[in-house]
Amino acid sequence: MDLTLKIWRQNGPQEKGEMKTYPISGVEEDMSFLEMLDYLNDKLINEGIEPVVFDHDCREGICGMCSLFINGEAHGPGRKVTTCQLHMREFKSGDTIYIEPFRAKAFPIIKDLMVDRSAFDRIQRAGGYISVNTSGNTIDANAIPVPKENADKAFDAATCIGCGACVATCKNSSAMLFASAKISQFSLLPQGQPEAKERVLNMVHQMDLEGFGNCTNTGACEVECPKGISLENIARMNRDYLFASLSSNK
Amino acid sequence: MATSSKGLFGSSLARKYWMAVSGLFLCTFLVGHLLGNLQLFVSGEEGRLAFNEYGHFMTTFPLVKVLSWVTYGAIFLHTVDGIMLAIQNRAARPVGYVKEKQSANASWASRKMALLGTLTLFFIIIHMKSFWYEMHYGSLGTDANGNKDLWTLTVTAFEQWWYTAFYVVAITGLAFHLSHGAQSAFQTLGINHPKYTPIIQKTMTAFAWLIPAGFVAVAVFLFVVQPGQNL
Repeated sequence: MDLTLKIWRQNGPQEKGEMKTYPISGVEEDMSFLEMLDYLNDKLINEGIEPVVFDHDCREGICGMCSLFINGEAHGPGRKVTTCQLHMREFKSGDTIYIEPFRAKAFPIIKDLMVDRSAFDRIQRAGGYISVNTSGNTIDANAIPVPKENADKAFDAATCIGCGACVATCKNSSAMLFASAKISQFSLLPQGQPEAKERVLNMVHQMDLEGFGNCTNTGACEVECPKGISLENIARMNRDYLFASLSSNK
Repeated sequence: MATSSKGLFGSSLARKYWMAVSGLFLCTFLVGHLLGNLQLFVSGEEGRLAFNEYGHFMTTFPLVKVLSWVTYGAIFLHTVDGIMLAIQNRAARPVGYVKEKQSANASWASRKMALLGTLTLFFIIIHMKSFWYEMHYGSLGTDANGNKDLWTLTVTAFEQWWYTAFYVVAITGLAFHLSHGAQSAFQTLGINHPKYTPIIQKTMTAFAWLIPAGFVAVAVFLFVVQPGQNL
């Protein structure tokens, strides 16, 4: 395959970036998108050009490290796949492919296509956990009955890998799909109840502090989410926050 | 876990609640407004007297006056809150994408709410100047019953093709605004349920197109029939 790649190059967080064009030939359709970028970087290194920086880790769709906004969509044209699960057979020889970083004020660019998503970690730290005494008398989780439906929904919410495609896709750079998944995975389970109110209030507060935008229910996040996290989670967060705000003591 | 929250004022979610509540209230206002407009289908002296009587009632009855102030408040809140949200949303992505394929994952109306809302506000200002201002502060003649002749003002306005055309365009914009907003408000307020959400979505989509269709029908009727000429 012969391709024309248009890639965002930016030296550092404060530098000005721009799209640069790289013609590339010899790409095979069985390559994953990231393998194609590895192949490009090998060529760039041989030519004495600085390779393109991009995030990756597990390369099997579970770690949430890979990102990339490909041809105008987070994780490219496929559905329910991360960039590492996208293959070059989705493209045709002669195509021009635009590759950009996930863009949001809350995701500052580190270099080229790599962005800092630690805002998500801070939202998680604000309440995305349960406090359990682990000093030897831990209760077996299965000792507490959980309705099957709730267990399934909590599990579905927990499949969020925190990649940030929701933020990248949202025209408002809203993190509500992420935050709502991380809140829902606990609020659906009995173990999450003791801290439920504080959790939703704190995590939403942290999300606001990070400078993400507001949800306008376009539903784009759900479409582009590699894990298919449902908008139902955002409604649950909205509902929980409303009740928590009305009934909390602070 | 210590709590930090801005509660029902200031947080991103709270701003959305206010958008949803004010928006849904304005939806109920539209129903009331349309019911009033339907009287314009009655032409002739009979229709004129009845419509002016209704106009008199709507501007003098205390409960309606209270409701009208709530409506002005809702429009103000919906506008200011909407502007604040739009500013925040734009600030959340200082550098935009070079290539973005928004149509792949979201409807046109859902992406253009601020634009459609601005168009609607612009329309409301002109619409209130045309009728509300004239009724309250203008020098309208009176009909046989001594009521201000709002009917003649209304039917003559819609005799002009450009006025009717502007009205139809603006109401179409409102329809698109409602097509996303009316059902989206429920999601914002956390009302999402596998059994009821499909019903809510269908009902509010029907609402979003049928109510504006009613407004347009009255306007087109007035333009075609020209009841002011046949009196």
